[in-house]
Amino acid sequence: MAEMTPTPVLDVATDQTLVLNMGPQHPSTHGVLRLLLEIDGETIIRIMPDIGFLHTGIEKTCEAKFYQQVVPMTDRIDYLCPMTNNLAYCLAVEKLLGLEIPPRAQWLRVMLNELTRINSHLVWLGTHAMDIGAMTVFLYCFREREEILRLFEAVSGQRMMTSYFRIGGVAIEPPLDFFDRVKRFIMPFPERIDQYENLLTSNPIWVMRTKGIAYLSAEDALALCATGPTLRASGIDVDLRRDNPYTGYENFKFNVPVSKDGDVYARYLVRVAELRESQKMVVQALEGLPEGPVKADAPKVVLPDREKMKTQMEALIYHFKIVTEGFTVPEGEVYMPIESPRGEMGYYVVSDGTAKPYRVHMRSPSFANLQSLRKMCEGRLIADVVAAIGSIDIVLGDCDR
Amino acid sequence: MALEPAITDIEQLKDRPELARLLAWKADAIQGAKFDHNELSIYIERTSLREACSTLKNDPEVNFDTLADLTCVDWEPSDPRFEVIYHLFSTVTKKRLRLKVRLSGDDASVDSLTPIWPGADFFEREVFDLFGVRFDGHPNLRRIMMPDNWEGHPLRKDYPVEGYR
Repeated sequence: MAEMTPTPVLDVATDQTLVLNMGPQHPSTHGVLRLLLEIDGETIIRIMPDIGFLHTGIEKTCEAKFYQQVVPMTDRIDYLCPMTNNLAYCLAVEKLLGLEIPPRAQWLRVMLNELTRINSHLVWLGTHAMDIGAMTVFLYCFREREEILRLFEAVSGQRMMTSYFRIGGVAIEPPLDFFDRVKRFIMPFPERIDQYENLLTSNPIWVMRTKGIAYLSAEDALALCATGPTLRASGIDVDLRRDNPYTGYENFKFNVPVSKDGDVYARYLVRVAELRESQKMVVQALEGLPEGPVKADAPKVVLPDREKMKTQMEALIYHFKIVTEGFTVPEGEVYMPIESPRGEMGYYVVSDGTAKPYRVHMRSPSFANLQSLRKMCEGRLIADVVAAIGSIDIVLGDCDR
Repeated sequence: MALEPAITDIEQLKDRPELARLLAWKADAIQGAKFDHNELSIYIERTSLREACSTLKNDPEVNFDTLADLTCVDWEPSDPRFEVIYHLFSTVTKKRLRLKVRLSGDDASVDSLTPIWPGADFFEREVFDLFGVRFDGHPNLRRIMMPDNWEGHPLRKDYPVEGYR
């Protein structure tokens, strides 16, 4: 075994201060995040995140796979919003191919994406509240999350690693009772959000632990490349669903919650408001869902239906060719950013004209947002670090890739 | 959605505000431009990168106030070997721009953007770690994903997918 060197070294400036190691197994670091804190008493002088414990080289692995085989890899980056990652990758490749997606597939993608956002925000709310000491909210959030996971299982066969989106549409038409089940879940959901808010929004302990804590100004947020709710809570009004609409988001009506306060409480309010907006969008998607195919008409790229494969010779040939040798993508490069629950999820895909991507780069929101932790925490108390980590909503799989 | 051919002629693209601004600032530093898939890429000469970014950031018209992404592509065995890619984003105009810097394999280094956007820190460390491209002026250029004692740079094309055994 190779010799381990202690990493990273944080030099202590004076003998008045102490270096404290937090994580990588600390329960409130949301995975394997290691923080090195230089402290003077309870006050933080410097903070240094150490990441990479979950680095699995997904970008390298993608270069050795066919384009369609990369889809399951993208699930494993951010395990709380697999559909968002699937979508960003599929959109990037579709842009390279110049592929038109049928409307029904687009609306299904929006519906499932917003369900994914609700799912991710529920996990965030539950764990964030539990870190600060409010145990009850966690149980309520996971009650609803379980229902969403069952919906995902119904549509894709998997609870977490869904891989439901395909290049050119979605994998299959959802089962018959799926839309009724979504409706049964989503209609009473605003009351559930009221329940969480009753427990937290005006709870004096919650407000004391979050208001004015971990402040991030708009200038700092932009300079530190923060995106998503972290940026919007600092007063910058950017939402890619509205500003650069993709996959049919231009057909949906929704508000973008923004706050100017820039503290943990503001980030909490923005995300809870986003839960309500996502609920509205799922309702709109259910009401306006168009009829039609769920896959693009592109036999060289999209796998044929099972039925056709058994009856038509060409379908069988295309199936065989796609599975064994993939499909080629014209030379070029695209950067496809979308709004994930955590911020800008961008896929940069470079094609050299073969059946395997030359380079797939994932611009993950957790990785960039984690940099703002230093600005939020320096000069503050140790206990607030936990509130700050929770408020950025990082997923370490997303961070390390 | 038929595919349009890429426009690579700088003359046809010079009316775009981003490119016009850079050409007015320093035409020698622009090595080329490409408009493809509705995305504009500009090739910048490597010593001018930091100034170009600060020009684009401080210009009130184009106003690229944040760095969306920073990454690298290894084009081995061609020379120049590396392309470092910067995706700029304006939260005001909501426009995007891609800047590219070509670097040779022997002397892969470019100015760090951390003085302009401190958030370039992690991105540059990642490119340094996985490609071995150095960023001059970076405050803490250390490996970020791989262990400190790791040998080689895994995302280079001459590094095997299964690693060295």
